[in-house]
Formats: sequence, C-alpha cells, structure tokens
Amino acid sequence: MADKKTLTFALMDAPYENARSTTALRLINIAAKRGYDINVFAYEGAVFLPFAGQQAHPNPVHGHDAEQEDHPLPREWVEAVIKEAAKNGGKVDWVNCGLCVDERGAGDAVEGVRRGTPGDFWNMAESSDNTLVIPTK
Amino acid sequence: MAQYLLIESRDPFDSNDVQNFYGLASGLAKEGNEVTLFLVQNGVLAARQNARFAALGAVASAGVEILADDFSLDERGIVTGGLASGVKAAPLDIVIDQLAQGRKAIWH
Repeated sequence: MADKKTLTFALMDAPYENARSTTALRLINIAAKRGYDINVFAYEGAVFLPFAGQQAHPNPVHGHDAEQEDHPLPREWVEAVIKEAAKNGGKVDWVNCGLCVDERGAGDAVEGVRRGTPGDFWNMAESSDNTLVIPTK
Repeated sequence: MAQYLLIESRDPFDSNDVQNFYGLASGLAKEGNEVTLFLVQNGVLAARQNARFAALGAVASAGVEILADDFSLDERGIVTGGLASGVKAAPLDIVIDQLAQGRKAIWH
C-alpha cells in the first residue's frame, strides 16, 4: 500500500469512565480499516482496556440477564481492532505500561497486547507519521 | 505556514479552559496557519445554533475550520440543521485523515 501510514495513540483513561475511551477506539478502528500500522501506548488506567478478566453481567435493575444486557466489553473492542488491522494488511502494536499494570494488577491482557515502558512510547512516536495523545482530564 | 488539528472534547459550559483552547486555535489561524478545530463528545454542545455562547463564532471569524463529530451530534440529538454558523458536521475519519497528513495534533 503506497499510502500506508503509521499512527501512534497514547491512551490514559480506564474503561467505563469517560467517552474518551470510546472515541479513542473509534479512531483506532478507522485507522485499522485503512490497513494502517497502529501503535497504542496504554498508560495509567488505560491498561485495563484490554484486561482479559472483564465479564458481561446481568442488570437486575432493568430485569435483564447477561445476554439481554449485552454489556460492552472493551477487551473485545481491542481484540476487534487488532483483527481488523490484520485483515486489512496493517497491525496493532498495543503496549501496556508495565508499571501501571503492576500497580493495578492488570497483567492478564487479551492476546496481542504486550508489556512495555514509556521508552516504547518514545520509539513509537519517533517511528510514526503522527502521534495523538489523549490525556485524562 | 503550519497545519494544526485541535480536538476539543469538553463542554465549554462545564470547563472554562475550553475558551483558552479556542483562543489557541484563533491565535494560530491569525498567524497564518491552517487550523481545524474538531469538536467531539461534549465539545459539540457549543455548536448548537441556539446556545448562548458567542466564543465559537469568534473562532470561525479568525479563519479556523470548525467541524463537529457527526456521531457525537447524533448521540446528543443535535441535528445538522441546528448547528451554529461556521460549524459543519463531519465524520471522525477527518481526524485520521489529518493525522495521516502529518498535522500537529492536540487533544483537549
């Protein structure tokens, strides 16, 4: 692909807390559909986005079982963008900040996520066409 | 002339510092740079035609292209016909387009 690009995203928000997580994954999904190479450096609470332990749950207030509730799981969205990029000739290099993971006990991540350091973010930014940092408020 | 992409995700009625970000966009444009201000999430609340908020109009007058994420508009029930003058609805793809072009990008 002649116009293939590499984009880097730095994420900081934990899942289920702010629309920034959704917007970030929307952006990554658009890049994945184009077959771009995508780097993600997940920092602070964002290391929980690909946490494998996320579980769908029922909603007794609404009288829904887990299936009816159809609870969104960010780990599935992370898996989906990794697959989407690969399908279109790109790749997602998702790095979880190791210190952030250890502090939070978030080591059990979905396949395709690796552990790293802020040095990885530096290298990602250096080797990318562009970088977008999505900070917490 | 440099090209900038400024992404505003905050509601100006909730965060006063949004106006500083608008000021940055206006200042960059007045210095001859090409600037897009992309409104997303609660940032689109400022784009309502009937909002009592004049600051966005000043940004447009400074020559900044102002776009509002169509998904965020839909989520909040803001129809395209109800957007303030100088604001256009746009897909989030524009952000990826401009990142791929190498624009300097800042998220607020």
